[in-house]
Amino acid sequence: MKTNDVIFQTVAKVVFFMIIFFAVHLFFAGHYYPGGGFVGGLLTSGAIVLLMLAFDMKTVKQGFSVDFKWLISLGLLFSAGTAAGSLIFNVPFFTHAYDYFQLPLFGKTSLHTAMLFDLGVYLVVIGVTMTIIQTIGESE
Amino acid sequence: MIGIVLKITLVLLAIAMLGFIYRLVKGPTTPDRIVALDAMGVILVSITAVLSMILGTSNFLDVILLIGILAFIGTVAYAKFLEKGEIIEYDRDQ
Repeated sequence: MKTNDVIFQTVAKVVFFMIIFFAVHLFFAGHYYPGGGFVGGLLTSGAIVLLMLAFDMKTVKQGFSVDFKWLISLGLLFSAGTAAGSLIFNVPFFTHAYDYFQLPLFGKTSLHTAMLFDLGVYLVVIGVTMTIIQTIGESE
Repeated sequence: MIGIVLKITLVLLAIAMLGFIYRLVKGPTTPDRIVALDAMGVILVSITAVLSMILGTSNFLDVILLIGILAFIGTVAYAKFLEKGEIIEYDRDQ
């Protein structure tokens, strides 16, 4: 039986971008407000899961043609690289640095290398969650 | 004054939550329980909002949006499970 869920698919297409923008906001606000890499990654994978619910796994794979296992290794590389990068400047492992920059659109902004570590956490959380859900969902 | 009103609101929301818990336990069919769970998510959003007003902080506003999104995704997943028997299908055209 072919079901016609046009309302759900239309709503999912709109709500997907709301969830993604909220996840990006949580990720970038993580230094000064509640949020961070973990919640942002979970919410991003929640948005992808919503698309998988509305459509199917084949369509979503055409949209996101990334192997989520590569995302795990990329995130681990980011985190370990940020931690090991401090060794170049002759300071202890995991030492972070920050400075204030004049960005064209944002004005005076403090950029912190902890954000690169958080980016690694974000990618690992997306990779692990999506790998688990894909592995469970594919088995017949 | 506003503190008393907020506390009365919390008590009323708790009573509403108890009503939904009754429907969750007693509900004869599965859709009754799913609708009760979805409405409990909405009540949870309201309780979080009132609590953030009582505590005088705006740090819980992210939680409100988060609970809304999670309740929506969970309800949709339950509904699709009832409708088709599987939640994530590989190819919906066959």
